[in-house]
Amino acid sequence: MSTLADAGAGTGHDQQHPIGTYLKVWILLFVLSTFSYLVDFFHLHGYLRWTLILLLMMAKAGLIVAIFMHLCWERLALICAILAPPVCLLVLVALMLIEADHTFLTRLAFFR
Amino acid sequence: MSSDHTSVDESQEGWRGLARDWSGDRVAFRVPWGKAMMWIFLLSDTFIFGSFLTGYMTVRVSTTAAWPNPSEVFSLVVNGTQLPLLLIAIMTFILISSSGSMAMAVNYGYRHDGKRCAALMVLTALLGATFVGMQAIEWTKLIHEGVRPWTNPFGAAQFGSCFFMITGFHGLHVSAGVVYLLTVARKVRRGDYEKSGNYGIVEIAGLYWHFVDLVWVFIFALFYLW
Repeated sequence: MSTLADAGAGTGHDQQHPIGTYLKVWILLFVLSTFSYLVDFFHLHGYLRWTLILLLMMAKAGLIVAIFMHLCWERLALICAILAPPVCLLVLVALMLIEADHTFLTRLAFFR
Repeated sequence: MSSDHTSVDESQEGWRGLARDWSGDRVAFRVPWGKAMMWIFLLSDTFIFGSFLTGYMTVRVSTTAAWPNPSEVFSLVVNGTQLPLLLIAIMTFILISSSGSMAMAVNYGYRHDGKRCAALMVLTALLGATFVGMQAIEWTKLIHEGVRPWTNPFGAAQFGSCFFMITGFHGLHVSAGVVYLLTVARKVRRGDYEKSGNYGIVEIAGLYWHFVDLVWVFIFALFYLW
């Protein structure tokens, strides 16, 4: 990977990988999507369902970003600039989850 | 830019100075500027979709009414059997296929095979247009069933606004992407990039398209499957 990163750095001319790599990732994405569809098809419930959904989602997202968007062949400076900021969204999610929970309990207490 | 940072000459005052300071003449990302800018745009788009999905989570957690079961709402009846999420699953596969063909278009671009590159980009755009078409069918079906942004017959009223906002904004991105891809494909076929010897534009268009697919992965998991 590091040699590829060095070769591909900056010029944009030499992002050349065998077509087979893309075909393999494509097939893998198909398989992962089928699995996530099957999660619903077999009516899995509770933590098993949520864990599977999130795992398959992250696997698919990782493949798309790393291979299709060439991020794993970019320099670390760009990788960090792209991947670090979205982590802030997790803070937002955590805050809103607390807030939403509070709203839910308030509604149960006063609006039923 | 002068190497001596302590001395301030006339040209470094006022607006001119501000422009010089901010441009800085330093390179942080060693990629073509267009690619860096596309990544930054996609990052901002990530925050838009992230906020939409967080908003959806907030209303779904806080509502006391039962959330409609997407598995039933989006099911199709084929030959008398009810198949959950069938149309959505097909849409997912179509979008993934378009991402695959786009990745190959970028690859052929860097191999200076303009013909195959343009053909694959047109194929990608066609798959994208198919996706939008199926989304239109989905919207029509739900609107006929009485789903509105403020109400729906299945449960919590917030379902409609989340559905129309999130999938609508994503569909808008796909539609814009189709136009974008066709524009670039036309330039590829015309030989614009063969002259300059640089197919970087194709990769930048590809970044946008893969991002659209990426967002769908999250929408599919968090809205349709959850």
